[in-house]
Amino acid sequence: MEHASFGDQRNATFALAEEDHTLANALRFTLNQDPRVIFCGYSIPHPSEARVNVRVQTTGDPAREVLKDTCQDLMLTCQHIRGTFDNAVKDFRMKNPPDDLTSQEMDSD
Amino acid sequence: MSDSDSEAMADAGVENPKLPPHLELRRTRVLCKADAPTSTDTVQYSGAYASLGVDNSLRFDDFRNNFRVQVNRISHEDMEFDMVGVDPSIANALRRILLAELPTMAIEKVLIANNTSVVQDEVLAHRLGLIPIKVDPRLFDYLSENDTSNEKNTIVFKLHVRCAERGQRLTATSNELTWLPKGSELLKTSESLTSTSKPETYTSFTCSQDSMPEFAGNPISVYPDIIIAKLGFGQEIELEAHAVKGVGKTHAKWSPVATCWYRMLPEVVLTEEIEGKKAELLKQKCPANVFEIEDLADGRKRATVARPRACTLCRECIRDGDDWEKRVSLRRVKDHFIFTIESTGALPPEVLFTEAVKILEDKCERVISDLS
Repeated sequence: MEHASFGDQRNATFALAEEDHTLANALRFTLNQDPRVIFCGYSIPHPSEARVNVRVQTTGDPAREVLKDTCQDLMLTCQHIRGTFDNAVKDFRMKNPPDDLTSQEMDSD
Repeated sequence: MSDSDSEAMADAGVENPKLPPHLELRRTRVLCKADAPTSTDTVQYSGAYASLGVDNSLRFDDFRNNFRVQVNRISHEDMEFDMVGVDPSIANALRRILLAELPTMAIEKVLIANNTSVVQDEVLAHRLGLIPIKVDPRLFDYLSENDTSNEKNTIVFKLHVRCAERGQRLTATSNELTWLPKGSELLKTSESLTSTSKPETYTSFTCSQDSMPEFAGNPISVYPDIIIAKLGFGQEIELEAHAVKGVGKTHAKWSPVATCWYRMLPEVVLTEEIEGKKAELLKQKCPANVFEIEDLADGRKRATVARPRACTLCRECIRDGDDWEKRVSLRRVKDHFIFTIESTGALPPEVLFTEAVKILEDKCERVISDLS
């Protein structure tokens, strides 16, 4: 799954099976944000085949490690998004109770 | 993401230099000119402004401080919320997952015992597949080709309608679909009449689905009032429909959202003071009522931007020459998304979004395990 990294651990191409733009673009963005990365990009060799090639070139760390760290970062980002979203929904529901609740309150008055 | 670097910088007492305002504008806003938008790409590369000494890399702490979600409207069917501080690639990933990779239940196999209506069998089956089924898909397993249909992976519905009145059409709606919690009632053809074993049906339910705690007192229903077919006198439809779990990637009937979309927050800025007649003209031009007239102390009128969120980028305010483009600047904020999710009824929209984020996490985990 890792190609073209025999001599030089810094630069590698990773072929991810059963993936498409959904994960690849998000990975590419997170990779770009890492200061260790010189170059990163992804391509889809053929649209009928669900395969993505992700190219990573780093300043010194092995590309495999950088990609793993990036995936971890993306997972942390997702968990944070989830947590913040749940809190926001809870806050909104507390401030604006659903309609059936308010009608119950009116009835009891 | 090296934390030692930022610590070293903090120790040295050097403040993180900021970009000059014109570059900051280019980095964070899409400028929508009359002919085309410019600076549409997000500047992702960590070293993009290295020559200026500005660090463009994203550290997780910065993301955590800047990210926020604000819910504007939520009901059991749809919701609208603002997501600020995230890149379009992640917002788009979540949108794609919501459309194509969240599982739902939908009718896949239709066993037709009798169909004398004008709607062909395959068209009828296609229409049945598109009917949303209001059940939590997380309670079910996938059915693969080798598996037998049992109560853990199939839902069975029955439809039996007949038009008995002369001169009137009978409309078969999705209300006529009845749930069969005990499984299929159609018998497979038996070899001999003397066979003593119980006749086989097309499903093998070991227990009735309404004995399960999730469905006791909470019967599985479909979205009501969807017209399936119209029957004339003497026409009859008798069929059994089996619903299974699938994802939108395979067929759009398994998509849990009616649709979901996002747009970037519009920002309308008046770069010059617009007063008097020009202000009135500007207010009239905008079909979305973005502008308002404000009365100044000495009787003059001035145009202000009252509702930038309503802007639909029709560009009427910068059309028709007379240098309007110099006075009004239409922009989009690159990291502020107004997300709208419309659910078909299987799951409430906030649960859909949470599940979509979980699926993105699972994808990352899969990559990590592949790499290790």
